[in-house]
Amino acid sequence: MATLNDYLLVSGLLFGIGLAGVVLRRNIIIVFMCLELMLSAANLTLVAFSRFNTAPNGLPDYNGQMLVFFVITVAAAEVAVGLAIIVALYRARQTIHTDELTSLKG
Amino acid sequence: MPSYLFWLFSTVMLIGGTAVIAFRNPVSSALSVVTCFVGLAGLFIGLSAFFVGVIQILVYTGAVMVLFLFIIMLLDLKDEERRANSLAPVAAGLGLVIAFVVQLIGILSRSPDKSLPPLDHATLASAAADYLPSGKIAASLNQGKLPDVHLIGHTLFTQYNLPLQILGVLLLVATVGVVVLSKKQAG
Repeated sequence: MATLNDYLLVSGLLFGIGLAGVVLRRNIIIVFMCLELMLSAANLTLVAFSRFNTAPNGLPDYNGQMLVFFVITVAAAEVAVGLAIIVALYRARQTIHTDELTSLKG
Repeated sequence: MPSYLFWLFSTVMLIGGTAVIAFRNPVSSALSVVTCFVGLAGLFIGLSAFFVGVIQILVYTGAVMVLFLFIIMLLDLKDEERRANSLAPVAAGLGLVIAFVVQLIGILSRSPDKSLPPLDHATLASAAADYLPSGKIAASLNQGKLPDVHLIGHTLFTQYNLPLQILGVLLLVATVGVVVLSKKQAG
């Protein structure tokens, strides 16, 4: 049987992959997808803790799964707004490559 | 969940995640995210979080990634594939991740491990005393089934009612915001 640390390791690896994508990819859509991967990795830890640290009555702790529910909903709203911003950015600058967005550079 | 299924789904998830940053084509990356999320949903279902697993598939792979694909299609990104990746960000990304993974392994090797608590017929039947005896939750628990969706609904509408209302307002604000943002500016 997989133990709690196995789940935490796998979710940490997924978070690391997402982090690597945010740092090393220059395409802003891919960066955004990698943010979603990091959110999902956090969700996996929450669900694992909810199942391994049971409530006093022996059922999984549903407070953790509530947080996952809220994270997924907020992430869906965030994706909608973020993609609208990316489309607006593309209309204004004709690029979504982060190296070419340098107007804040001193 | 048997051990081999855990490793199967984790491998699918991690390979999907790696493919997201390895592919040059954004469409391939988006489809790799879908693969990754399907593996993740398998892990959720293995942890007896059936509802979360199903909404992971429905919301993420069904709605969010299709939205991503639409936007990729709208933007028409042909120049991405011929760009060479410069060395500095790749080295920075890999260094960051290696440091992170080393720390993670260090912490996990020292923290106490925990094996899966049983969720058998006796546990479920004894938990039924906490719920209304004539209700559906207690009936399912007495039959030795985990009424996951009922329990989530119970928690959501008793303990988390106000956050749920706020979430509704947030979704409304996001909808209006997206319409405003994506409207063409006049003039």
